[in-house]
Amino acid sequence: MKALSAILRLFRTTAFKIAFVYSLLFAFATGAVVLVIVHNLGVLLERQIIETVDADIRGLADQFDQGGVNQLARIIARRIARPGAEIYLLTSFTGAPIVGNVAALPLGALDASEPVETSYRRAGDEREVHRAVARIVSFPGGFKLLVGHDIEERNLLRRLVRRALLSTFFWLAGLGALGGLFVARRVLKRVDAMSASATAIMGGDLSGRLPTDGSGDELDRLAQNLNAMIERIEALLKGVREVTDNVAHDLRTPLTRLRNDAEEALRQPDGPVQRKALEKIIGESDQLIRIFEALLLIARAESGAGPAMQSVDVTALANDAAELYEAATEDHGGAFASDIAADLFVKGNRELLFQALANLIDNALKYAGAKPHIALSARREGARILLAVADNGPGIAPHDRERARDRFVRLDDSRSTRGSGLGLSLVSAIAHLHDGTFRLEDNAPGLRAVIDLPAGEGTSHVGSGEAAHARLR
Amino acid sequence: MSDMRLLVIEDDSDAAAYLVKAFREQGFSVDHAADGLEGYALASEGDYDVLIVDRMLPKLDGLSLISSLRAQKIETPALILSALGQVDDRVKGLRAGGDDYLAKPYAFSELLARVEVLARRKAGFGGEETLLRVADLELDRLSHKLTRAGKDIVLQPREFRLLEYLMRNAGKVVTRTMLLEHVWDYHFDPQTNVIDVHISRLRGKIDKGHAVALLHTVRGVGYMLKEDPDGVGKGDEA
Repeated sequence: MKALSAILRLFRTTAFKIAFVYSLLFAFATGAVVLVIVHNLGVLLERQIIETVDADIRGLADQFDQGGVNQLARIIARRIARPGAEIYLLTSFTGAPIVGNVAALPLGALDASEPVETSYRRAGDEREVHRAVARIVSFPGGFKLLVGHDIEERNLLRRLVRRALLSTFFWLAGLGALGGLFVARRVLKRVDAMSASATAIMGGDLSGRLPTDGSGDELDRLAQNLNAMIERIEALLKGVREVTDNVAHDLRTPLTRLRNDAEEALRQPDGPVQRKALEKIIGESDQLIRIFEALLLIARAESGAGPAMQSVDVTALANDAAELYEAATEDHGGAFASDIAADLFVKGNRELLFQALANLIDNALKYAGAKPHIALSARREGARILLAVADNGPGIAPHDRERARDRFVRLDDSRSTRGSGLGLSLVSAIAHLHDGTFRLEDNAPGLRAVIDLPAGEGTSHVGSGEAAHARLR
Repeated sequence: MSDMRLLVIEDDSDAAAYLVKAFREQGFSVDHAADGLEGYALASEGDYDVLIVDRMLPKLDGLSLISSLRAQKIETPALILSALGQVDDRVKGLRAGGDDYLAKPYAFSELLARVEVLARRKAGFGGEETLLRVADLELDRLSHKLTRAGKDIVLQPREFRLLEYLMRNAGKVVTRTMLLEHVWDYHFDPQTNVIDVHISRLRGKIDKGHAVALLHTVRGVGYMLKEDPDGVGKGDEA
C-alpha cells in the first residue's frame, strides 16, 4: 500500500507530468516524420515502377510492329523463362492467354486503361497471391498485353518500417516516462526534505533552516529565499519577545509599586500617611498612563496610520520649543542655545513633531548632568530639514546607539532612573511617520540627536495655531 | 457654584455615578443621561452651563450629538470625554463643535478646572473686555501694558499671554496642560516641569515686592490667579 501510494504521489508530481507529456509529444512527432518519409518513398518507388513498365511496353510494342504477334509472343516467352522476370500476359481477342507467367487475375483486370495495382497468381507458384503494378495495352487484332512489376518487396519494406516505427514509439514513450520518474524522484526527494524542515520550523523551532545544496538552481534559490524569510521572521519575533519582556518589566514594576502603595494605604489609619500613599498611587497610575499613551502612539505611527499631514512651520515650532525649554534649562543651572534657520517647512503633524522635539530636549535635560548645555538647531540641507538637539552629557556609546532607539530600552546604567524608556523610540516612530529618519551621533562630548525630515513647502503664517484648537476665552 | 448646572452624558454607570457625585460635592447641580438620544433631549430643553459628553454613546454618538445641538443653535459649552486620546481624535472632536477635549483616564481636578473655565465662559465672564483687573494688577490687552499698584511691569510676549490667560480665568484653577494648550498652543506631554519655570518667572515679575501674592500654586493640579488666598487649595481636594 505504501509503495502504491508513493508511486501515485510520483505520478502526481509536476516533474513526472512534464516528462510524460514531452515524451509523448516527441514520440508522435518522430512517428509523423517517419510516416511522411515512408509515404513519399512509396510514391517515388511506384512512379519508377510505372516508368519501367512503360519503357518495357514501348519496347514490346516495337517488336509487335516489326514482327507481329508471333515475334512478340516469342520475345515474351524468352523473357519469362529468365528468373526474376517481370510479369507478362499476352491474350487473344477472346481473352484467352497466348503466353505469360500469370496464372490468375481478378475479373476485369485486363480492361483498365491506366496503370493498376492488382493481385495475381504467378504461374508455377499458384498457391500464393502476389501484388503487382501493371499496365495493359491493346494491339491491332484484339490482342492485349499486360506488363507488370511485383511489389511484394515494397510492401514488405513498408511493413518493416511500420513495425520499427511502432517499437520506436513505445521505446520513446517508455524511456521518457522512466526519465520523468527519475527526475521527479530526485526533485521530490529535495522537496520532501524542504517540506520536513518547514514542518519542523512551523512547529516552533525558528532556528531551523531549509536544506540548500549550493547548486543555485530554482529549488536551491527557493530554499535560500525561504531561509531569508525565516531569518526575518525570527528577528521580528525576537524583537517582539524583547519588547514584551520589557513591557512586562516596565508595566509590572509600576503596577507592583501601585499595589504596594494601595496595601500600605489600607493598613494606615486615616490621616496624612494614607493621604501620601494615595498621592503616590495617583502618581504611579499617571506614569502607567503615560507609558500606555506612548505605546499607542508608537504603534499608530509605526503602522503608518498617523494623523492628517499638513504644512508645518518648523521654524516657528523650533522657536516655540526653544522658548518653552530655555527657562527650564536655565533653572537647572545650564544654558540653552538655539540656532534656527528661517522659512523651514515640512509636511507633517505639528503636535507630533513638537512632542518629538520636547522628548529630545527632556532627554538631554535628564542626562546632561548638573550643568546642562543644550543646543537646538534647525536648518535646511538640500532637500532635507535637520532638527538637532545636542547636549554635554555622557552620550551613548556607538554600539548602543542603535538599541537606544528601540522600544523600552533604557541602557543599563539608566535602568533605575524613572522614565518610560519610550522617549527615543517615539521620536524614531514620529520621524518615520514623516518619511524621515532619526539618528544619534557623537557630540564629543555628549549626544547629538538628529531628526532628518524631507523638506516640504509652505508659507509663513502668523499665529501657527490650528483653527481646530478652540481657544478658550 | 450652586447656580451652575451640569449635564453628564455617559453610558458607563460607574463612571457617571462618580462624576455626578464628585461634581455635586463641588457644588454643581448635575443631571445625568445614559445614552445619546436622552442626552440630546435633555441638552436641547434644559438650561445647562456645561455639557460633559462621552464620545462613544449608545443610540447617538457624542460627536453627532454635539453637531446636532450646534445645528439647532444651542451653544452650551461641551467638553468631550474620550478613550481616544490621539491628536487626530482631539482635532475631530473640536471640529464637531466641542469646546474642550479630555482623554480618559483623566484626573478629576483637571476635568473640574476645565469645566469651571467653560462654565465661566457661558456666564459671559472674560469676554472681549480690553482691560483685565485682579486686585491692583491691571492688564490692558490693546496697549499690551501691565501695571501693579500703578507701577509698570515689562513682560515677554509669552509671559503676557500666560498672564492674560490666568487673569481671564482669575479665581479658577488652570492646569499645566490647559496652559500648554492655550498659551503655547501645543497639546503634548512634557516630562520636565517646563510650565513651572515660566510661572515662577512670571511670579517674580508680578508678585515680588508686594505684600499680597496673586499667583498661587495649587498643589498637584495647577495654578490660580486670585487676590484672596483663602480660596487657594480648593482644587487640591481632588
